[in-house]
Amino acid sequence: MIVAKRKPFDEIDNMLKGYKKVLNVGCGTCVALCLAGGEKEVEILNSEIDMARKLAGDPITIEGITIERQCDREYLEALDSKVEEYQAILSMACGVGVQFLAERFPQIPVFPAVDTSGLSANQAVGWYEERCRACSSCVLGLTGGICPVTMCAKGLYNGPCGGTNQGSCEIDKNQPCAWYMIYERLSNQGRLDNILAITPPMDWQNQVPRTLIQPGYKKPEDVS
Amino acid sequence: MKSGSNLEKVLTAGHFALTGELGPPRGTSAEDVKKKASHLKGMVDAVNITDNQTAMVRMASWAASLLIMEEGLEPNYQMVCRDRNRLAMQADILGAYALGIRNMLCLSGDHQKFGDHPTAKGVFDIDSMQLIGMVKKMRDENKFLSGADLEESPKMFIGAAANPFAEPFEWRVHRLAKKIHAGVDFIQTQCIYNMDKFRKWISQANDMGLTEKVYILAGVTPMKSVGMARYMKNNVPGMDVPDEIINRLRGAGKGKIAAEGIKIACEQIEEFKQMKGVAGVHLMAIEWEHKVPEIAEQAKMLPRPQL
Ligand code: SF4
Ligand code: SF4
Repeated sequence: MIVAKRKPFDEIDNMLKGYKKVLNVGCGTCVALCLAGGEKEVEILNSEIDMARKLAGDPITIEGITIERQCDREYLEALDSKVEEYQAILSMACGVGVQFLAERFPQIPVFPAVDTSGLSANQAVGWYEERCRACSSCVLGLTGGICPVTMCAKGLYNGPCGGTNQGSCEIDKNQPCAWYMIYERLSNQGRLDNILAITPPMDWQNQVPRTLIQPGYKKPEDVS
Repeated sequence: MKSGSNLEKVLTAGHFALTGELGPPRGTSAEDVKKKASHLKGMVDAVNITDNQTAMVRMASWAASLLIMEEGLEPNYQMVCRDRNRLAMQADILGAYALGIRNMLCLSGDHQKFGDHPTAKGVFDIDSMQLIGMVKKMRDENKFLSGADLEESPKMFIGAAANPFAEPFEWRVHRLAKKIHAGVDFIQTQCIYNMDKFRKWISQANDMGLTEKVYILAGVTPMKSVGMARYMKNNVPGMDVPDEIINRLRGAGKGKIAAEGIKIACEQIEEFKQMKGVAGVHLMAIEWEHKVPEIAEQAKMLPRPQL
Protein backbone atom coordinates (compact mmCIF):
# COMPACT_ATOMS: atom_id res chain seq x y z
CA MET A 1 0.00 0.00 0.00
CA ILE A 2 0.95 3.65 -0.18
CA VAL A 3 2.20 4.92 3.14
CA ALA A 4 2.47 8.46 4.41
CA LYS A 5 3.43 10.29 7.55
CA ARG A 6 1.66 13.28 8.99
CA LYS A 7 3.52 16.51 8.46
CA PRO A 8 4.86 18.34 11.52
CA PHE A 9 2.12 20.41 13.09
CA ASP A 10 3.87 23.74 12.59
CA GLU A 11 4.14 23.17 8.87
CA ILE A 12 0.40 22.49 8.62
CA ASP A 13 -0.41 25.43 10.88
CA ASN A 14 1.70 27.66 8.68
CA MET A 15 -0.04 26.60 5.46
CA LEU A 16 -3.44 27.41 6.98
CA LYS A 17 -2.45 30.92 8.10
CA GLY A 18 -5.05 33.45 7.07
CA TYR A 19 -7.82 30.91 6.37
CA LYS A 20 -10.80 31.02 8.68
CA LYS A 21 -12.89 28.16 7.36
CA VAL A 22 -11.23 24.95 6.25
CA LEU A 23 -12.38 21.44 5.34
CA ASN A 24 -10.04 18.60 6.26
CA VAL A 25 -10.58 15.60 3.95
CA GLY A 26 -9.36 12.19 5.10
CA CYS A 27 -8.99 9.12 2.93
CA GLY A 28 -10.30 5.74 4.02
CA THR A 29 -7.88 3.52 2.12
CA CYS A 30 -4.06 3.35 2.24
CA VAL A 31 -3.40 6.31 4.51
CA ALA A 32 -6.08 5.11 6.91
CA LEU A 33 -4.45 1.67 7.10
CA CYS A 34 -1.04 3.18 7.83
CA LEU A 35 -2.54 5.42 10.53
CA ALA A 36 -1.69 8.70 8.81
CA GLY A 37 -4.83 10.15 7.27
CA GLY A 38 -8.02 8.22 8.08
CA GLU A 39 -11.08 9.33 10.00
CA LYS A 40 -9.36 9.16 13.36
CA GLU A 41 -6.34 11.17 12.24
CA VAL A 42 -8.63 13.83 10.74
CA GLU A 43 -10.34 14.21 14.08
CA ILE A 44 -7.08 14.46 16.00
CA LEU A 45 -5.52 16.97 13.63
CA ASN A 46 -8.65 19.09 13.63
CA SER A 47 -8.73 19.39 17.39
CA GLU A 48 -5.03 20.27 17.42
CA ILE A 49 -5.59 22.99 14.85
CA ASP A 50 -8.67 24.25 16.62
CA MET A 51 -6.85 24.50 19.93
CA ALA A 52 -3.71 26.10 18.51
CA ARG A 53 -5.67 28.76 16.70
CA LYS A 54 -7.78 29.53 19.75
CA LEU A 55 -4.63 29.93 21.82
CA ALA A 56 -3.17 32.19 19.17
CA GLY A 57 -6.27 34.38 19.33
CA ASP A 58 -7.08 33.59 15.71
CA PRO A 59 -9.91 31.04 15.82
CA ILE A 60 -10.72 28.86 12.84
CA THR A 61 -13.68 26.78 11.78
CA ILE A 62 -12.27 23.43 10.76
CA GLU A 63 -14.50 20.56 9.80
CA GLY A 64 -13.71 17.03 8.77
CA ILE A 65 -14.95 14.44 6.33
CA THR A 66 -13.37 11.14 5.34
CA ILE A 67 -14.19 9.59 2.00
CA GLU A 68 -13.47 6.07 0.84
CA ARG A 69 -10.76 6.99 -1.68
CA GLN A 70 -9.50 10.38 -2.78
CA CYS A 71 -7.93 8.92 -5.91
CA ASP A 72 -11.33 7.91 -7.28
CA ARG A 73 -13.80 10.32 -8.88
CA GLU A 74 -16.76 8.28 -7.75
CA TYR A 75 -16.04 9.13 -4.12
CA LEU A 76 -15.06 12.74 -4.72
CA GLU A 77 -18.58 13.51 -5.91
CA ALA A 78 -19.73 13.53 -2.32
CA LEU A 79 -17.68 16.71 -1.82
CA ASP A 80 -19.08 18.68 -4.77
CA SER A 81 -21.94 20.24 -2.87
CA LYS A 82 -19.90 20.80 0.28
CA VAL A 83 -16.68 22.56 -0.64
CA GLU A 84 -18.18 25.86 -1.75
CA GLU A 85 -18.51 27.10 1.81
CA TYR A 86 -14.80 26.63 2.64
CA GLN A 87 -11.83 28.92 1.95
CA ALA A 88 -9.35 26.06 1.77
CA ILE A 89 -9.11 22.28 1.81
CA LEU A 90 -6.63 20.25 3.78
CA SER A 91 -6.10 16.73 2.46
CA MET A 92 -4.80 13.85 4.50
CA ALA A 93 -4.56 11.57 1.47
CA CYS A 94 -1.40 10.55 -0.39
CA GLY A 95 0.00 12.85 -3.07
CA VAL A 96 -2.32 11.32 -5.64
CA GLY A 97 -5.40 12.12 -3.58
CA VAL A 98 -4.28 15.68 -2.88
CA GLN A 99 -3.81 16.31 -6.59
CA PHE A 100 -7.13 14.76 -7.45
CA LEU A 101 -8.87 17.08 -5.02
CA ALA A 102 -6.99 20.10 -6.35
CA GLU A 103 -7.94 19.17 -9.88
CA ARG A 104 -11.61 18.73 -9.09
CA PHE A 105 -11.86 22.02 -7.17
CA PRO A 106 -9.41 24.26 -8.99
CA GLN A 107 -10.81 27.45 -7.47
CA ILE A 108 -10.00 26.41 -3.88
CA PRO A 109 -6.48 26.08 -2.44
CA VAL A 110 -5.71 22.49 -1.40
CA PHE A 111 -2.93 21.72 1.10
CA PRO A 112 -1.29 18.40 1.94
CA ALA A 113 -1.31 17.35 5.57
CA VAL A 114 0.89 14.28 5.08
CA ASP A 115 4.22 13.43 3.45
CA THR A 116 3.72 10.52 1.10
CA SER A 117 6.64 8.21 1.56
CA GLY A 118 6.46 5.01 -0.36
CA LEU A 119 4.96 1.75 -1.47
CA SER A 120 5.37 -0.26 1.65
CA ALA A 121 4.50 -3.43 3.46
CA ASN A 122 3.03 -3.61 6.93
CA GLN A 123 5.53 -5.42 9.15
CA ALA A 124 3.65 -4.85 12.40
CA VAL A 125 1.16 -2.30 13.69
CA GLY A 126 2.61 1.13 12.98
CA TRP A 127 5.70 -0.26 11.23
CA TYR A 128 5.96 -0.04 7.46
CA GLU A 129 8.82 -0.85 5.17
CA GLU A 130 9.21 0.54 1.69
CA ARG A 131 9.50 -2.18 -0.90
CA CYS A 132 8.94 -0.67 -4.34
CA ARG A 133 9.77 2.59 -6.13
CA ALA A 134 7.46 1.83 -9.04
CA CYS A 135 10.32 1.87 -11.54
CA SER A 136 8.21 0.40 -14.38
CA SER A 137 10.85 -2.23 -15.25
CA CYS A 138 10.66 -4.80 -12.50
CA VAL A 139 13.80 -6.90 -11.99
CA LEU A 140 12.56 -8.95 -9.05
CA GLY A 141 12.71 -12.06 -11.21
CA LEU A 142 16.47 -11.68 -11.48
CA THR A 143 17.14 -10.60 -7.93
CA GLY A 144 15.39 -13.29 -5.97
CA GLY A 145 12.35 -11.18 -5.12
CA ILE A 146 14.37 -8.44 -3.38
CA CYS A 147 14.18 -4.98 -4.94
CA PRO A 148 17.62 -3.41 -5.48
CA VAL A 149 16.10 -0.10 -6.57
CA THR A 150 14.39 0.37 -3.22
CA MET A 151 16.41 -1.70 -0.78
CA CYS A 152 19.95 -0.86 -1.92
CA ALA A 153 20.93 2.61 -0.74
CA LYS A 154 22.58 3.29 -4.09
CA GLY A 155 20.01 1.47 -6.20
CA LEU A 156 22.78 -0.62 -7.72
CA TYR A 157 21.98 -3.19 -10.37
CA ASN A 158 25.30 -5.03 -10.01
CA GLY A 159 25.88 -5.16 -6.30
CA PRO A 160 27.00 -5.54 -3.66
CA CYS A 161 29.29 -2.53 -3.52
CA GLY A 162 32.54 -2.53 -1.55
CA GLY A 163 30.84 -0.96 1.45
CA THR A 164 28.74 -3.96 2.40
CA ASN A 165 29.52 -4.73 6.00
CA GLN A 166 28.84 -8.24 7.33
CA GLY A 167 25.38 -8.22 5.85
CA SER A 168 24.64 -4.58 6.62
CA CYS A 169 24.61 -1.66 4.25
CA GLU A 170 27.39 0.89 4.49
CA ILE A 171 24.90 3.59 5.42
CA ASP A 172 23.79 1.95 8.66
CA LYS A 173 24.51 -1.19 10.68
CA ASN A 174 20.76 -1.64 11.14
CA GLN A 175 20.01 -1.52 7.44
CA PRO A 176 20.46 -4.92 5.78
CA CYS A 177 22.49 -4.85 2.57
CA ALA A 178 20.04 -5.62 -0.21
CA TRP A 179 22.71 -7.23 -2.33
CA TYR A 180 23.90 -9.42 0.50
CA MET A 181 20.33 -10.67 0.83
CA ILE A 182 20.01 -11.11 -2.92
CA TYR A 183 23.21 -13.14 -2.97
CA GLU A 184 22.08 -15.33 -0.08
CA ARG A 185 18.66 -15.99 -1.55
CA LEU A 186 19.90 -16.78 -5.04
CA SER A 187 22.71 -18.90 -3.66
CA ASN A 188 20.21 -20.95 -1.63
CA GLN A 189 18.05 -21.37 -4.72
CA GLY A 190 21.03 -22.34 -6.87
CA ARG A 191 20.38 -19.32 -9.10
CA LEU A 192 23.59 -17.29 -8.73
CA ASP A 193 23.86 -17.36 -12.52
CA ASN A 194 21.32 -14.55 -12.50
CA ILE A 195 23.81 -12.11 -11.05
CA LEU A 196 27.02 -13.49 -12.49
CA ALA A 197 25.97 -11.83 -15.73
CA ILE A 198 26.19 -8.05 -15.90
CA THR A 199 22.90 -6.20 -15.72
CA PRO A 200 23.12 -3.47 -18.37
CA PRO A 201 22.30 0.18 -17.66
CA MET A 202 18.67 0.71 -16.82
CA ASP A 203 16.27 2.33 -19.26
CA TRP A 204 14.64 4.62 -16.72
CA GLN A 205 10.92 4.84 -17.41
CA ASN A 206 9.94 7.06 -14.53
CA GLN A 207 11.36 10.25 -16.01
CA VAL A 208 8.07 11.51 -17.43
CA PRO A 209 4.55 11.27 -16.01
CA ARG A 210 3.45 7.75 -16.84
CA THR A 211 -0.03 6.68 -17.83
CA LEU A 212 -1.18 3.12 -17.81
CA ILE A 213 -3.89 1.72 -20.01
CA GLN A 214 -4.57 -1.99 -19.62
CA PRO A 215 -5.03 -4.06 -22.79
CA GLY A 216 -8.60 -3.91 -24.04
CA TYR A 217 -9.19 -0.47 -22.54
CA LYS A 218 -8.75 2.95 -23.99
CA LYS A 219 -8.60 6.49 -22.77
CA PRO A 220 -12.18 7.80 -22.55
CA GLU A 221 -12.99 10.85 -24.66
CA ASP A 222 -14.16 12.81 -21.67
CA VAL A 223 -12.71 12.05 -18.30
CA SER A 224 -14.21 14.83 -16.20
CA MET B 1 48.57 -0.39 -26.06
CA LYS B 2 45.07 0.61 -25.15
CA SER B 3 45.88 4.09 -23.91
CA GLY B 4 49.65 4.47 -23.93
CA SER B 5 49.56 5.83 -20.37
CA ASN B 6 52.67 5.53 -18.27
CA LEU B 7 50.86 3.18 -15.91
CA GLU B 8 49.88 0.92 -18.79
CA LYS B 9 53.44 0.93 -20.11
CA VAL B 10 54.91 0.04 -16.72
CA LEU B 11 52.46 -2.81 -16.25
CA THR B 12 52.71 -4.26 -19.74
CA ALA B 13 56.50 -4.15 -19.55
CA GLY B 14 56.20 -6.38 -16.50
CA HIS B 15 57.46 -3.92 -13.90
CA PHE B 16 56.00 -4.02 -10.41
CA ALA B 17 53.90 -0.86 -10.45
CA LEU B 18 53.45 1.73 -7.72
CA THR B 19 50.57 4.18 -7.71
CA GLY B 20 49.87 6.93 -5.22
CA GLU B 21 46.87 8.94 -4.20
CA LEU B 22 46.07 12.62 -3.80
CA GLY B 23 42.89 14.15 -2.41
CA PRO B 24 42.03 17.54 -3.95
CA PRO B 25 41.46 20.40 -1.49
CA ARG B 26 38.16 21.70 -0.15
CA GLY B 27 38.89 25.01 -1.73
CA THR B 28 40.50 26.60 -4.74
CA SER B 29 44.19 26.31 -3.93
CA ALA B 30 46.19 25.07 -6.88
CA GLU B 31 49.23 25.47 -4.64
CA ASP B 32 47.85 22.91 -2.24
CA VAL B 33 47.53 20.34 -5.04
CA LYS B 34 50.98 21.12 -6.39
CA LYS B 35 52.56 20.90 -2.97
CA LYS B 36 51.11 17.45 -2.37
CA ALA B 37 52.13 16.45 -5.90
CA SER B 38 55.73 17.54 -5.32
CA HIS B 39 56.16 14.77 -2.73
CA LEU B 40 55.00 12.16 -5.22
CA LYS B 41 57.05 13.22 -8.20
CA GLY B 42 59.38 10.46 -9.37
CA MET B 43 58.08 8.20 -6.61
CA VAL B 44 55.03 6.65 -8.29
CA ASP B 45 53.89 5.66 -11.79
CA ALA B 46 50.52 7.37 -11.55
CA VAL B 47 48.51 9.23 -8.93
CA ASN B 48 44.84 8.61 -8.17
CA ILE B 49 42.94 11.86 -7.94
CA THR B 50 39.90 11.25 -5.80
CA ASP B 51 36.41 12.38 -6.80
CA ASN B 52 34.50 14.04 -3.96
CA GLN B 53 36.01 11.48 -1.66
CA THR B 54 33.82 10.35 1.26
CA ALA B 55 31.07 12.42 -0.34
CA MET B 56 32.67 15.71 0.69
CA VAL B 57 32.77 18.45 -1.92
CA ARG B 58 36.29 18.98 -3.22
CA MET B 59 37.97 20.50 -6.23
CA ALA B 60 36.89 18.56 -9.34
CA SER B 61 38.95 15.48 -9.97
CA TRP B 62 39.65 16.42 -13.60
CA ALA B 63 40.88 19.88 -12.56
CA ALA B 64 43.26 18.53 -9.94
CA SER B 65 44.36 15.93 -12.51
CA LEU B 66 45.37 18.75 -14.85
CA LEU B 67 47.24 20.51 -12.06
CA ILE B 68 49.38 17.47 -11.32
CA MET B 69 50.02 16.94 -15.03
CA GLU B 70 51.53 20.42 -15.07
CA GLU B 71 53.84 19.12 -12.35
CA GLY B 72 54.91 16.22 -14.53
CA LEU B 73 52.84 13.54 -12.83
CA GLU B 74 50.37 11.17 -14.44
CA PRO B 75 46.86 11.20 -12.98
CA ASN B 76 44.52 8.29 -12.51
CA TYR B 77 41.26 10.17 -12.79
CA GLN B 78 38.63 8.81 -10.40
CA MET B 79 34.97 9.02 -11.26
CA VAL B 80 32.09 8.04 -8.97
CA CYS B 81 28.52 7.22 -10.00
CA ARG B 82 27.00 9.15 -7.11
CA ASP B 83 27.24 12.67 -8.53
CA ARG B 84 26.61 12.47 -12.27
CA ASN B 85 24.27 10.86 -14.73
CA ARG B 86 25.39 9.15 -17.92
CA LEU B 87 25.33 12.37 -19.94
CA ALA B 88 27.60 14.25 -17.57
CA MET B 89 29.92 11.27 -17.18
CA GLN B 90 30.43 10.80 -20.88
CA ALA B 91 30.97 14.52 -21.37
CA ASP B 92 33.60 14.54 -18.61
CA ILE B 93 35.33 11.50 -20.09
CA LEU B 94 35.61 13.21 -23.48
CA GLY B 95 36.90 16.39 -21.87
CA ALA B 96 39.36 14.56 -19.63
CA TYR B 97 40.80 12.71 -22.58
CA ALA B 98 41.02 15.86 -24.69
CA LEU B 99 43.09 17.44 -21.92
CA GLY B 100 45.51 14.53 -21.76
CA ILE B 101 44.12 12.27 -19.05
CA ARG B 102 44.76 8.60 -19.92
CA ASN B 103 43.83 6.55 -16.83
CA MET B 104 40.43 6.34 -15.20
CA LEU B 105 39.16 4.62 -12.11
CA CYS B 106 35.45 3.72 -12.15
CA LEU B 107 33.75 3.66 -8.74
CA SER B 108 30.26 3.56 -7.26
CA GLY B 109 31.22 6.16 -4.64
CA ASP B 110 30.49 6.38 -0.93
CA HIS B 111 26.89 7.12 -0.11
CA GLN B 112 26.14 10.85 0.15
CA LYS B 113 24.94 10.24 3.69
CA PHE B 114 28.59 10.17 4.85
CA GLY B 115 29.54 13.55 3.48
CA ASP B 116 28.91 17.23 3.96
CA HIS B 117 25.68 17.23 1.93
CA PRO B 118 23.91 14.19 3.37
CA THR B 119 20.52 15.16 1.92
CA ALA B 120 21.77 15.54 -1.66
CA LYS B 121 20.07 13.41 -4.28
CA GLY B 122 22.33 10.48 -5.10
CA VAL B 123 22.38 9.98 -8.84
CA PHE B 124 23.55 6.39 -9.40
CA ASP B 125 22.06 6.50 -12.89
CA ILE B 126 24.53 3.74 -13.73
CA ASP B 127 26.68 1.70 -11.35
CA SER B 128 30.44 1.10 -11.37
CA MET B 129 30.09 -2.09 -13.40
CA GLN B 130 28.07 -0.27 -16.04
CA LEU B 131 30.49 2.67 -15.98
CA ILE B 132 33.39 0.34 -16.82
CA GLY B 133 31.37 -1.02 -19.73
CA MET B 134 30.49 2.47 -20.88
CA VAL B 135 34.12 3.66 -20.98
CA LYS B 136 35.12 0.51 -22.81
CA LYS B 137 32.35 0.97 -25.34
CA MET B 138 33.45 4.57 -25.92
CA ARG B 139 37.07 3.50 -26.25
CA ASP B 140 36.81 0.30 -28.29
CA GLU B 141 33.61 0.75 -30.28
CA ASN B 142 33.65 4.50 -30.80
CA LYS B 143 30.13 4.60 -29.44
CA PHE B 144 28.28 6.43 -26.72
CA LEU B 145 26.31 4.37 -24.25
CA SER B 146 23.21 5.02 -26.35
CA GLY B 147 24.88 3.40 -29.33
CA ALA B 148 25.32 6.66 -31.25
CA ASP B 149 28.69 7.17 -32.94
CA LEU B 150 31.33 9.32 -31.34
CA GLU B 151 34.20 10.96 -33.11
CA GLU B 152 37.73 10.20 -31.93
CA SER B 153 37.28 7.89 -29.01
CA PRO B 154 38.81 8.44 -25.56
CA LYS B 155 41.62 5.88 -25.22
CA MET B 156 41.51 5.36 -21.49
CA PHE B 157 43.29 2.75 -19.42
CA ILE B 158 40.32 1.53 -17.40
CA GLY B 159 40.59 0.81 -13.72
CA ALA B 160 38.22 -0.22 -10.96
CA ALA B 161 38.32 -1.03 -7.29
CA ALA B 162 37.92 -4.37 -5.55
CA ASN B 163 37.28 -5.12 -1.93
CA PRO B 164 38.50 -8.65 -1.19
CA PHE B 165 37.23 -8.45 2.40
CA ALA B 166 33.55 -7.60 2.21
CA GLU B 167 31.01 -10.35 2.79
CA PRO B 168 30.02 -12.65 1.23
CA PHE B 169 33.65 -13.60 0.72
CA GLU B 170 32.83 -16.30 -1.85
CA TRP B 171 31.21 -13.64 -4.01
CA ARG B 172 34.26 -11.35 -4.13
CA VAL B 173 36.16 -13.21 -6.78
CA HIS B 174 33.03 -13.46 -8.93
CA ARG B 175 32.61 -9.73 -8.65
CA LEU B 176 36.17 -9.35 -9.87
CA ALA B 177 35.31 -11.64 -12.79
CA LYS B 178 32.30 -9.46 -13.57
CA LYS B 179 34.46 -6.33 -13.67
CA ILE B 180 36.90 -8.04 -16.02
CA HIS B 181 34.02 -9.09 -18.19
CA ALA B 182 32.77 -5.50 -18.18
CA GLY B 183 36.14 -4.43 -19.56
CA VAL B 184 38.44 -3.36 -16.77
CA ASP B 185 42.23 -3.29 -17.42
CA PHE B 186 43.51 -2.83 -13.87
CA ILE B 187 42.24 -3.16 -10.34
CA GLN B 188 43.26 -1.31 -7.21
CA THR B 189 42.15 -3.07 -4.06
CA GLN B 190 40.82 -1.78 -0.78
CA CYS B 191 43.54 -1.24 1.86
CA ILE B 192 44.83 -4.64 2.90
CA TYR B 193 45.53 -5.49 6.52
CA ASN B 194 44.20 -9.02 6.70
CA MET B 195 46.90 -10.75 4.67
CA ASP B 196 45.47 -14.25 5.16
CA LYS B 197 42.22 -13.29 3.56
CA PHE B 198 43.97 -11.46 0.77
CA ARG B 199 46.16 -14.49 0.00
CA LYS B 200 43.01 -16.60 -0.23
CA TRP B 201 41.33 -14.12 -2.55
CA ILE B 202 44.28 -13.79 -4.89
CA SER B 203 44.78 -17.54 -5.07
CA GLN B 204 41.11 -17.93 -6.04
CA ALA B 205 41.65 -15.27 -8.70
CA ASN B 206 44.75 -17.13 -9.91
CA ASP B 207 42.84 -20.42 -10.04
CA MET B 208 40.09 -18.85 -12.11
CA GLY B 209 42.66 -17.41 -14.50
CA LEU B 210 41.54 -13.87 -13.67
CA THR B 211 44.98 -12.50 -12.85
CA GLU B 212 46.04 -13.18 -16.42
CA LYS B 213 43.29 -10.89 -17.67
CA VAL B 214 43.74 -7.94 -15.36
CA TYR B 215 46.54 -6.20 -13.47
CA ILE B 216 45.90 -6.22 -9.74
CA LEU B 217 47.47 -3.52 -7.59
CA ALA B 218 47.33 -4.35 -3.89
CA GLY B 219 46.10 -1.49 -1.71
CA VAL B 220 48.43 -0.41 1.10
CA THR B 221 47.83 2.32 3.66
CA PRO B 222 50.42 2.68 6.41
CA MET B 223 48.90 3.23 9.84
CA LYS B 224 49.94 6.47 11.50
CA SER B 225 48.63 5.70 14.94
CA VAL B 226 46.73 3.20 17.04
CA GLY B 227 43.75 5.55 16.93
CA MET B 228 43.73 5.46 13.13
CA ALA B 229 43.86 1.66 13.14
CA ARG B 230 40.97 1.47 15.56
CA TYR B 231 38.98 4.00 13.59
CA MET B 232 39.52 2.06 10.37
CA LYS B 233 38.52 -1.18 12.06
CA ASN B 234 35.33 0.15 13.59
CA ASN B 235 34.12 2.99 11.40
CA VAL B 236 35.14 2.43 7.80
CA PRO B 237 32.67 0.17 5.98
CA GLY B 238 34.24 -2.81 4.30
CA MET B 239 37.60 -2.48 6.11
CA ASP B 240 39.14 -5.52 7.77
CA VAL B 241 41.82 -4.67 10.38
CA PRO B 242 42.93 -7.71 12.43
CA ASP B 243 43.74 -7.17 16.10
CA GLU B 244 47.31 -8.31 15.56
CA ILE B 245 47.96 -5.12 13.56
CA ILE B 246 46.62 -2.97 16.37
CA ASN B 247 48.61 -4.90 18.96
CA ARG B 248 51.79 -4.63 16.95
CA LEU B 249 51.40 -0.86 16.63
CA ARG B 250 50.67 -0.52 20.32
CA GLY B 251 53.70 -2.65 21.14
CA ALA B 252 56.01 -0.32 19.23
CA GLY B 253 55.86 2.17 22.07
CA LYS B 254 55.53 5.94 22.26
CA GLY B 255 57.02 7.90 19.38
CA LYS B 256 57.67 4.81 17.31
CA ILE B 257 54.16 3.90 16.20
CA ALA B 258 54.22 5.68 12.82
CA ALA B 259 57.56 4.07 12.00
CA GLU B 260 56.10 0.70 12.89
CA GLY B 261 53.13 1.42 10.60
CA ILE B 262 55.52 2.12 7.74
CA LYS B 263 57.48 -1.02 8.57
CA ILE B 264 54.34 -3.14 8.39
CA ALA B 265 53.48 -1.56 5.03
CA CYS B 266 56.97 -2.30 3.66
CA GLU B 267 56.78 -5.91 4.79
CA GLN B 268 53.46 -6.19 2.98
CA ILE B 269 54.93 -4.67 -0.18
CA GLU B 270 57.83 -7.13 0.02
CA GLU B 271 55.37 -10.00 0.12
CA PHE B 272 53.26 -8.57 -2.73
CA LYS B 273 56.33 -8.38 -4.94
CA GLN B 274 56.63 -12.15 -4.68
CA MET B 275 52.92 -12.93 -4.77
CA LYS B 276 51.60 -14.55 -7.92
CA GLY B 277 48.85 -12.46 -9.45
CA VAL B 278 49.85 -9.14 -7.89
CA ALA B 279 51.17 -6.66 -10.45
CA GLY B 280 51.89 -3.73 -8.20
CA VAL B 281 50.92 -1.71 -5.15
CA HIS B 282 48.52 1.16 -4.72
CA LEU B 283 49.90 3.25 -1.88
CA MET B 284 47.25 5.38 -0.22
CA ALA B 285 49.17 7.53 2.23
CA ILE B 286 46.14 9.55 3.26
CA GLU B 287 47.15 13.12 4.16
CA TRP B 288 50.67 11.74 4.50
CA GLU B 289 51.94 12.45 0.99
CA HIS B 290 55.25 13.79 2.30
CA LYS B 291 56.03 10.34 3.69
CA VAL B 292 55.72 8.66 0.28
CA PRO B 293 59.41 9.14 -0.70
CA GLU B 294 60.49 7.54 2.55
CA ILE B 295 58.06 4.63 2.17
CA ALA B 296 58.94 4.05 -1.50
CA GLU B 297 62.62 4.08 -0.59
CA GLN B 298 62.23 1.76 2.37
CA ALA B 299 60.10 -0.62 0.27
CA LYS B 300 62.85 -0.68 -2.36
CA MET B 301 60.48 0.59 -5.03
CA LEU B 302 62.87 3.27 -6.34
CA PRO B 303 63.83 4.36 -8.88
CA ARG B 304 60.64 4.10 -10.89
CA PRO B 305 61.02 2.81 -14.43
CA GLN B 306 61.25 5.50 -17.14
CA LEU B 307 59.46 4.30 -20.27
S1 SF4 C 1 12.36 -3.43 -9.51
FE1 SF4 C 1 11.79 -2.63 -7.51
S2 SF4 C 1 11.06 -0.55 -7.91
FE2 SF4 C 1 11.07 -1.61 -9.85
S3 SF4 C 1 8.94 -2.37 -10.00
FE3 SF4 C 1 10.22 -4.04 -9.15
S4 SF4 C 1 9.96 -3.81 -6.94
FE4 SF4 C 1 9.27 -1.88 -7.84
S1 SF4 D 1 26.13 -1.88 1.08
FE1 SF4 D 1 24.66 -3.13 -0.06
S2 SF4 D 1 22.67 -2.06 0.12
FE2 SF4 D 1 24.28 -0.65 0.77
S3 SF4 D 1 24.77 0.53 -1.07
FE3 SF4 D 1 26.23 -1.18 -1.04
S4 SF4 D 1 25.24 -2.83 -2.18
FE4 SF4 D 1 23.67 -1.31 -1.74
